[in-house]
Amino acid sequence: MSSWKKLTQKRLFLPIFSMILVMLINVVYDIACGNMPFNFFVITIRNEVLYGRLIDILNRGSEIAILAIGMTLVVSSSGGTDISVGSVMSLYAGVCCMLLAGFGNANVSEYHTPLLVGIGAGLLVTLVCGLFNGFLVAYMNIQPMVATLILWSAGRAIGLLLCNSQIVYVRVESFQVLGSYVGFMPTPIIVAAVCVAVAALVLRFTALGTYIQSVGINKRASRIAGFNSAKIILLCYAICGLCAGLAGMVATSRIYSADTNNIGLNMELDAILSVALGGNSLGGGRFNLAGSIIGAYTIQAITTTLYSLGVSSAQAPVFKAIVVILIVVIQSEPVKAYFKRRNAKKIAAKGATQA
Amino acid sequence: MKNGKKTKINGNNLLLLITIALFIVMYAAGCGVYASKGFTRMQTFLNILINNAGLICITCGMTCVMLTGGIDISVGSLVALDCMILAAGMEIWHWPSQALMLLVLVVGVIFGLVQGYLIAYLEIQPFIVTMAGMFFARGMTAVISTDQVSIVSDKFFTWLSGFRIQFPFGGYLNRKGILQLPYIRITVVVAILVVILIFLMLRYTRFGRSLYAVGGNQQSATLMGLDVKKTQLKAYMLSSFLTSIGGICYCLNTMSGTTSQATGLEMNAISSAVIGGTLLTGGVGNVIGSLFGVLINGTISSLVQMNGKLISSWSNIVTAILLCFFILLQSIFAKIKERK
Repeated sequence: MSSWKKLTQKRLFLPIFSMILVMLINVVYDIACGNMPFNFFVITIRNEVLYGRLIDILNRGSEIAILAIGMTLVVSSSGGTDISVGSVMSLYAGVCCMLLAGFGNANVSEYHTPLLVGIGAGLLVTLVCGLFNGFLVAYMNIQPMVATLILWSAGRAIGLLLCNSQIVYVRVESFQVLGSYVGFMPTPIIVAAVCVAVAALVLRFTALGTYIQSVGINKRASRIAGFNSAKIILLCYAICGLCAGLAGMVATSRIYSADTNNIGLNMELDAILSVALGGNSLGGGRFNLAGSIIGAYTIQAITTTLYSLGVSSAQAPVFKAIVVILIVVIQSEPVKAYFKRRNAKKIAAKGATQA
Repeated sequence: MKNGKKTKINGNNLLLLITIALFIVMYAAGCGVYASKGFTRMQTFLNILINNAGLICITCGMTCVMLTGGIDISVGSLVALDCMILAAGMEIWHWPSQALMLLVLVVGVIFGLVQGYLIAYLEIQPFIVTMAGMFFARGMTAVISTDQVSIVSDKFFTWLSGFRIQFPFGGYLNRKGILQLPYIRITVVVAILVVILIFLMLRYTRFGRSLYAVGGNQQSATLMGLDVKKTQLKAYMLSSFLTSIGGICYCLNTMSGTTSQATGLEMNAISSAVIGGTLLTGGVGNVIGSLFGVLINGTISSLVQMNGKLISSWSNIVTAILLCFFILLQSIFAKIKERK
């Protein structure tokens, strides 16, 4: 009993537990369908590329994982969420594809400007978006959700404006690489892995992670202790904007077009959900990057599982909503307090009978 | 003390005045530029009201929630669910529309009850709860039907939708020389009634005053003897209820139900309330401002439509710029107040 309790109190318990739960559902489903029981885990090479449901989840989950990095830092430092990331992804698509295709063209098979210029400009714009959000939150003391509401609305609209409300196709091999395969490996997985590795290394070998947590726990106290709280929050939002740009880069390359209306749609919700699922408090403070990343892939696993169970993409949100509510209810203070009281009562009753 | 109180009220009134002035300037500019396209006609103004009747109801609910310092982003999806229940109910289940409208209102209240309970009593962040509510309502819409369902068979609902209340004055002659009298729909009457009722409620009832108190400072509200949690719960119930009324109005306009209906409506409601002078931190705001917020949004989109060359995302961009402007203004006012 006590070892079980110890296990449940580990920080990574919730994300890993839900991941295992999703996998179990898949195994049961496979058995019920009469497939091989471990069909879910089988990885094969088909058409010279890796193939399998796990690979599919890792591949499709790349965008959410990249977003989860930025979102974790934002949630930790400011205790709020950045809801503009989906829109910023779509803005990246607009900027990048318009530069590559040239303004006014909707379908090109050669670059108008070099690839790196397009990607660089796109990432620069998303960085500026992040700085804008950060400025409003850190220096103007506006609630994070409200400050990011502005770009939530404007980001996609500006993207649409740049593309003239069209879907812009860039049919060039080198543009598609980021969304397809390098050798036998899906590139999005590599991009996500690199992003996670860089973030993890920076947080491990510099004091940045500690600073961010300190600002999130108590902004005023950290300022008195000598940190520039506002600058740290600004930095977190800037990183989040950049992450949104990188996620947009993968999403755009995947479909080699700027479908501004649909890229990153509702992605902010997935990103926030993965932070919550990772066992992080949405009120800020201590954070756990590994948890968020596992959370991100868990969400993709849930989505993929739902699809394979025959739930349509429009109906899937019902289940996601129930999952979110269950997680946050378990994490909420009154429920925790209730269980604590019940445990205390049990112990007291035990003591009474023994006496 | 008295002096300080006076300046505070002035500061809040100033935001409302700026909003009203902005609306008048914008509308006057529209009249000047698009006079030839009929912008000066009374019907243009009434059309803004007709098109946004549902949004006005929803924004009133949103204002009540924002007064307590919370937020409700589930409204857009709830409207989609309402429309789908109405449409599917009439066309697939063949229920009478009166019963369905009642059902929609009940669904709204229950939806608000659940959200409010999670927020007030389990102390979960409003944004997360209503985000889940948004997912849930949108998903349920798809569970009922993934197709677009148009309402054609129900006589009462169709009559209600086409019902015009004509004004005896202010008409103009159209190209064929027939007098066109300006008219409003039944939804506008509902919306204006909602605004008046909520205005009176916020001003004169115990519940209305306690909304302001809870938003202003939860701790002092508790010390004053107010039941903070109950007030929050009621605010979310009211918001979802008004959203359901708004949903019926919306459905009377569109006469159909689809999964993708009313996407981003929550954004319009929030930005209208903010432009109308409701503070996002709670405690300040009123529905008259919210009404003007909706009118400003409506004017922007009708100006963009009148132009004809601009694509519709311009109205989003302009709204976002205005939102940014008003949020910055609010933050500056808050800073000035702090210094005093």
